[in-house]
Amino acid sequence: MKLRVNGKEQTVREQPGRSLLETLREDLGIMGVKYGCGEGQCRACTVLLDGKPVTSCVTPVKAAAGREITTIEGLARDGELHPVQQAFLDEGAMQCGYCVPGMILTAAALLKRVRRPTDAQIISALNGNLCRCCGYPRILAAVRRAAGDHTGGIDG
Amino acid sequence: MAEFEPERYELREPPAYQFDPGRREFLFIAGSGLLICLAAGDAEAQTGRGTRLQIADDGVVTVFTGKVEVGQGSRTQIAMAAAEELGVPLEKIRVVMADTSLVPNDGITAGSRTTPSTVPAVRKAAAAARNRDVTDARDWRVLGKAQHHVQGRAIVTGAHEFPSDIRRPGMLYGCVLRAPAYGSTLIEADLAPAKKLADVVAVRDGAFVGCAAPTSFAARKAVEAIAASARWKTEAHPSSRQLFDHLKRTAITEGGRPPRIQTKGSVDQVLAQSGKRVKAAYQVSYIQHAPMEPRAAVAEWDGGSLTVWTGTQNPFGVRDQLAQAFQLGNDRVRVIVPDSGGGFGGKHTGEVAIEAARLAKQAAKPVSLRWTRAEEFMWAYFRPAGLFEVEAALEGSLITAWDFTNYNAGAAAIESPYKTAATRTRFLYCNSPLREGSYRGIAATANTFARECFIDELAQAASADPLEFRLANLENPRLRDVLTAAAKKFRWNERKEKGIGLACGTEKGSYVAACARVEIENGAPRVREFCMAYECGGILNPSNLKAQVEGSIIQGLGGALTEEIQFEGGRLLNGSFAKYRMPRLRDVPPLGIVLLDRRDLPPAGAGETPIIAVAPAIANAVFHATGKRPRSMPVRLG
Repeated sequence: MKLRVNGKEQTVREQPGRSLLETLREDLGIMGVKYGCGEGQCRACTVLLDGKPVTSCVTPVKAAAGREITTIEGLARDGELHPVQQAFLDEGAMQCGYCVPGMILTAAALLKRVRRPTDAQIISALNGNLCRCCGYPRILAAVRRAAGDHTGGIDG
Repeated sequence: MAEFEPERYELREPPAYQFDPGRREFLFIAGSGLLICLAAGDAEAQTGRGTRLQIADDGVVTVFTGKVEVGQGSRTQIAMAAAEELGVPLEKIRVVMADTSLVPNDGITAGSRTTPSTVPAVRKAAAAARNRDVTDARDWRVLGKAQHHVQGRAIVTGAHEFPSDIRRPGMLYGCVLRAPAYGSTLIEADLAPAKKLADVVAVRDGAFVGCAAPTSFAARKAVEAIAASARWKTEAHPSSRQLFDHLKRTAITEGGRPPRIQTKGSVDQVLAQSGKRVKAAYQVSYIQHAPMEPRAAVAEWDGGSLTVWTGTQNPFGVRDQLAQAFQLGNDRVRVIVPDSGGGFGGKHTGEVAIEAARLAKQAAKPVSLRWTRAEEFMWAYFRPAGLFEVEAALEGSLITAWDFTNYNAGAAAIESPYKTAATRTRFLYCNSPLREGSYRGIAATANTFARECFIDELAQAASADPLEFRLANLENPRLRDVLTAAAKKFRWNERKEKGIGLACGTEKGSYVAACARVEIENGAPRVREFCMAYECGGILNPSNLKAQVEGSIIQGLGGALTEEIQFEGGRLLNGSFAKYRMPRLRDVPPLGIVLLDRRDLPPAGAGETPIIAVAPAIANAVFHATGKRPRSMPVRLG
């Protein structure tokens, strides 16, 4: 079957019940999408389906057919980082970095929907994304920065 | 500075596979197993390559280290150390980490040792390359300045390859048959249903059963086909409800693992003569590291040589485990550790590497194996649970006797920093129902929790303010400094509201104090404010130190309030992210952090020690809010 990933038409194996996550990683070598739990609870596997964040580990590959799939690899344009990627870099919002692709895609989708989100909106959008290094203060600071607010993280 | 005390749990339970060397597929390596008897204690002596630095003609410097990067910031810090001493820009430094064929054996990445051991080794080598002494901290140009992650761009673009992202030509994906419960042993497994499936390789070797296939979906289906008819023998296993009785009942007071006892003066005598005695018991539950990236490995055989890419904190140890499992000389095994998705002390062993290698051997193709979250919860190891019994005598606001007994939680940082004429500290080994291992701040967290909660009880008994009581009984100037700094940041002396608490401690050459404010919301404590002061000598990278302190505080919220492994009948009751509640963005309170930079003192590691003060500060704040002493970690109300 065919999938449209980061603007490109791609052919993948069709196995009923197989997840979008495993298909992207194993058939297409798109490794920026990460396995974290396999039950949609940590959002390390977030991709955008027609611009909306979904947990690809519990999304059957069939559900993605005919839709535009965006992964972390498809976010930069001609080598120029997406503002959310740049903000994560500027704030140093990463420790091990494993949750970062999911965090960035979720935040990018939020900023597309709400240009200047409140903290409550950011927290609500990203609360489902787990970071076990618990780098949350800088993640919040990065999303604020990408939205044009440079006040930083949760600091007293 | 305190010397490193190896944790008893650091390497306690290596993977248990016993492969059968008589099997045909092992024949061609027979005779090469000359080094298999490598004793664990020799691992340090079995060095990898000795080269520490290479300077190329174009000025690019390659630094070699056996340390790994799991998010604690070692890669950036080591690059900074080399840049500082060589006087070259950071961009010119490349750090090759944890490839056993290329790097010196810097030991396991544990015990916060990268900063006090490896960074000085790199600095020394770099300075020697320039024929000069290492730079005095007062003259630092690179060290001491905030530097974000040197791999940042690869991480934000998704280009960074974690161990689970490694791909090799012709690679298959693996899946392993797991026992249904702890203590289960396999009686019978029929591989035929799996072998009937297209392109599936299935293997049984002793207790090991696994499959490899062109997709992980197909490998999983093949293992499910075997599991459907596999027969197991099960054993009784204690439940988490009986855990603390079980630990106390099985405490080993003599024989194979005698207790560790330290005494000064006569505790019994002082207690007997004291007008004021206070006594309490505390419990600490098992918790799971739950790194975002579970254990993962890609194994590839080339004739009788094996290369494994895997996420471990112990590259040379895993190399030796592989050599032993496959009866190879350890010069035939290469372990490469790509920067991994979290460790927290949870990746000290090589089971996934051995499993991937066994499957790859069978398939005669490279095999990628990544544990599922359920496997990671159940079959990785846990931070030890523990039980504490503490008693003390008071004279006014001074502690005159201190009697502290720790069942099972581990001995690190068991000594009380408070001055007392008579002390007795005891650590007793117990039978642990679950597999135990290291953890970020492992035993220091448990010991500091029991001690700092109890110190609060003593302050209450002495009708003293918790801060004043501590300062009256503490002599160590570095500990007093962080306590005073945290209290100042938190405005402890001006606070009138309910729900505040503090705690302090020291471990691995670092000093920490914390203040918390909590509110009880829908019957559960919520942390509304948290301050921490931290001192670890001279600060090498303020950006990374702050990240480690923030991460420790927030990860510590989980252990303090919500994380606890529950088990029954040999199965976990909450072994998934849906049931095991870890801190999320919404749980993060406003933080106040004070980093004391002591450039006059050698830098100590800081990935662990900040976490030790978190739970007791919160527990003491919960007492202040409710009037009831929480005596367990995680804190339970009512």
